[in-house]
Amino acid sequence: MKLTLRVWRQKNAGADGAMSTYEVDGISPDMSFLEMLDTLNEELTLEGEDPVAFDHDCREGICGACSLVINGDAHGPERTTTCQLHMRSFKDGDTIDVEPWRAAAFPVVKDLVVDRTAFDRIIQAGGYVSVPTGSAPEAHATPVPKPDADLAFEHAECIGCGACVAACPNGAAMLFTSAKINHLNVLPQGAPERETRVLDMVAQMDDEGFGGCTLAGECATVCPKGIPLTSITGMNKEWLRATAKGAGR
Amino acid sequence: MARTVWNSTVGKKTVMAVSGLIMLLYLVAHMLGNLKIYFGAPEFNEYAHWLRTMGEPLLHYEWALWVVRVVLVVAVVAHAVSAYQLSRRDIKARPSKYVHKKARASYATRTMRWGGIILALFIVWHILDLTTGHVHSGGFEEGKPYQNVVDTFSTWYGNVIYIVAVLAVGLHIRHGFWSAAQTLGVGSRTRDRALKALANVLALLLTIGFLAVPVGVMTGVVS
Repeated sequence: MKLTLRVWRQKNAGADGAMSTYEVDGISPDMSFLEMLDTLNEELTLEGEDPVAFDHDCREGICGACSLVINGDAHGPERTTTCQLHMRSFKDGDTIDVEPWRAAAFPVVKDLVVDRTAFDRIIQAGGYVSVPTGSAPEAHATPVPKPDADLAFEHAECIGCGACVAACPNGAAMLFTSAKINHLNVLPQGAPERETRVLDMVAQMDDEGFGGCTLAGECATVCPKGIPLTSITGMNKEWLRATAKGAGR
Repeated sequence: MARTVWNSTVGKKTVMAVSGLIMLLYLVAHMLGNLKIYFGAPEFNEYAHWLRTMGEPLLHYEWALWVVRVVLVVAVVAHAVSAYQLSRRDIKARPSKYVHKKARASYATRTMRWGGIILALFIVWHILDLTTGHVHSGGFEEGKPYQNVVDTFSTWYGNVIYIVAVLAVGLHIRHGFWSAAQTLGVGSRTRDRALKALANVLALLLTIGFLAVPVGVMTGVVS
């Protein structure tokens, strides 16, 4: 396959960026999108140019490191992570636009790499369960109803990639935050911090400069893990419940 | 608690949802009342007069009407201020646009902000036209709402302004009602289709119901 790539190049956080055009040839349809970018970078390196910086890690679709808005879609045209997107999703001769996640809370570090530590701070605000450490408890000591376990697991699938923020017209982190809250709030292990968790995480989300939810639904459409839009509804419900109980910090 | 609600994006959306639902309830009552115009001038005018005497003799003349007006003004202001502040925040949260643009979300969703502004301007015109009579076409007569309505919809601009506003209301409710359900936490996967259907039905009934009045005047059924 022969492709034309238009890639966002930005030297550093302070510099102005722009789209640069590159031609790549000899791309196999079986390559992943990241392998295609590796090919481009090898060529750029041989030519003595600065390779395109992009985030990646496991390349198995489970770590949440890879990002990229491809032709206007977070993680590209398939509902998966960019590392699991294959070049067979494109046609020979295509022009592909590659841009970084766009949000005030995700500043560009270089080229296609953005700083997603805002997500870490949301997790630090309440995305955990406080347990006394020591030997592992007996597995059956805390019964969890099957539907609750399923709901928790569905939300636990969130890999924190930030595609929801990138796709949201308001740069909101509602889907990410709601996935984390619903995951822990439905479980008995998460019950002691149920109220403070939702209030603190939503407050942190607001402090980070993410936008609000207008229920456009773009987040759930691009989520590679299929976190449903109703996850946000669940978070709102938990937030209202905690607020009504007067459980603020 | 009030502070927690007002300072949070989730809380402000709750304010929008509740105030929106109050206005929606009013719109349903308003639309049904409007339809009385099809029963002729005496009945319509009598109904309009009753709006001022309702609640009597427990309440004084126009007290109930003023309670409704105050609640509505509070709802409109709360809705508009929340919308303005949330929109400012949303625009700030996404400062740079994508080079590769795609049509996103539904038409109703994308037009919520402009639709809201159109509706706010319409409300001002609507009150000046049919409540105070300041911008009314022809001689506005208090206590003769039937004739006033006929006068308004006998002008092309009266019809255009009204029809645009009613269509904006329909679109606004289509996305707004369903969104309010999500904001208030009553939506769920199993209820989602029912809520969307209810939002569409409400939007459609209100649009048709409100449009029935200018259409009635234009076709000469109401004159």
